[in-house]
Amino acid sequence: MGMTMTQKILAAHAGLPEVKAGQLIEADLDLVLGNDVTSPVAIGEMKKMKVDGVFDKEKIAIVLDHFTPNKDIKSAELCKCAKEFAYKNDITNFFETGEVGIEHALLPEKGLVVAGNVVIGADSHTCTYGALGAFSTGVGSTDMAAGMATGKAWFKVPSALKFVLTGKPAKWVSGKDVILHIIGMIGVDGALYKSMEFTGDGIAYLSMDDRLAMANMAIEAGGKNGIFPVDDVTIEYMKEHSVKEYTVYEADEDAEYDEVYTIDLSKLKPTVAFPHLPENTKTIDEVGDIKIDQVVIGSCTNGRIEDLRAAANIMKGKKVAKGVRVIVIPATQAIYLQAIEEGLVTTFIQAGAAVSTPTCGPCLGGHMGILAKGERAVATTNRNFVGRMGDPESEVYLASPAVAAASAITGKISGPDEVM
Amino acid sequence: MKASGKVFKYGDNVDTDVIIPARYLNAPDPAELAKHCMEDIDIDFAKNVKKGDIIVANKNFGCGSSREHAPISIKASGVSCVIAETFARIFYRNSINIGLPIIECPEAAKAIENGDEVEVDFDSGKIYDRTKGTEYQGQAFPEFMQKIIKAEGLINYINNK
Repeated sequence: MGMTMTQKILAAHAGLPEVKAGQLIEADLDLVLGNDVTSPVAIGEMKKMKVDGVFDKEKIAIVLDHFTPNKDIKSAELCKCAKEFAYKNDITNFFETGEVGIEHALLPEKGLVVAGNVVIGADSHTCTYGALGAFSTGVGSTDMAAGMATGKAWFKVPSALKFVLTGKPAKWVSGKDVILHIIGMIGVDGALYKSMEFTGDGIAYLSMDDRLAMANMAIEAGGKNGIFPVDDVTIEYMKEHSVKEYTVYEADEDAEYDEVYTIDLSKLKPTVAFPHLPENTKTIDEVGDIKIDQVVIGSCTNGRIEDLRAAANIMKGKKVAKGVRVIVIPATQAIYLQAIEEGLVTTFIQAGAAVSTPTCGPCLGGHMGILAKGERAVATTNRNFVGRMGDPESEVYLASPAVAAASAITGKISGPDEVM
Repeated sequence: MKASGKVFKYGDNVDTDVIIPARYLNAPDPAELAKHCMEDIDIDFAKNVKKGDIIVANKNFGCGSSREHAPISIKASGVSCVIAETFARIFYRNSINIGLPIIECPEAAKAIENGDEVEVDFDSGKIYDRTKGTEYQGQAFPEFMQKIIKAEGLINYINNK
């Protein structure tokens, strides 16, 4: 029987000719990632392990992006702990304020992940790198510790769901809308323990930023990973960003899938996930009149240059609605600089938005845009759980950058057509 | 190995943000985390939970963030076992790694109610609801997982080997 794309990557990293769904394997890791919240816990576990140093200082990335620039003394202590560890072990890929970006935007941009890699990260959105044709998945701090010490991790080989994407998306439909549509269709546990493999001729119409946003949210359907085939778009991206050697894996034609879903991208509409689960989706025409207090444009899902361009395109020459706080957070320093050079930051500031240095901040209710009781936000982030962005009685509506920008102008959840 | 205690019952998709809100992640000390465990879904949990008590929930328990602080806060609260219809995969892995016993058993998860007295036998995977007088067969832990849990987590287990 054939293997899925994920299974082929795992087999190669386990030194096995083939693997089957359900099989327990030990795989070699190409990269182990942690951030300021998860690394200190992992470092504590490593100390207990009585090992001397890390398996490979080039293959560890420590990215201080969550509560940074340090929001309080306790967060500063976490960052200090991670920094001391990184310096002591001479970790090549250590990033703090000034160089830092949101980890899942930064690693592809720095060329640290390429097609065919196996990556674990102590952050659930580590699944983002599936956009590049890599196997990557989120783990906890203990797995990160074991990975840093040994360069290996155990996995249960996942079965897979196949999503055949066809057709060309309409003007305002982005990768975010596609993945919200999929999560709405299969539910927040629809891909539990499984791979989500995307395929089909519609992928040609999805940019790398679209794909990164989609793979990023595989975890919101419970998925172990989300993965895209490697095409010209991927290869061009890797050539621009990385010097690492990549390997292209393709699913076998006779690979077995638990389910196959065919989605006509041309039929999709801008989609919004209502509180308090990413599966509570409605298309923009079904939303109704929902007034908002805040808009956040950023995060590991949608803080990339195309996201900022889409938002600026809508906000250009307009003003943010009175009473709405709009916070724009470029995901990396390079994206921030590019946004300045392209005039996007000027557009945002002239419209009345705040533009921040890269941070995960508000997405997880850390800092830089916390909601009060009863307040509502439209966010281009990935989770709208109870209390995610602040008070347990606040609400988060997940949407694309275009919908978030249009909503910023009208002061209620709106499609781009309402303001363009 | 056995666990027994009073049940705290929750529904579907209990996510790691409600198990331990991100505003407390800047202080990863287990005892500190335990003070805020389940705070956004059950404000009185930390006050009412006693050593040995059991959490029972429906589908997809522990979905969302990979924060190991979530199972750490539950374990540090004194909870002896979590029973659910299904667990989110990162939470499942993290729980085993830190030595928090968790069992998938859809029948038990659906039937057991808040406040029931429940006993779990990890060797057999049997779950007894002493209040209702009912019995369920959950997934027994493979031997190596029992050893990890006995060792209080993966790291100690590796060190002891």
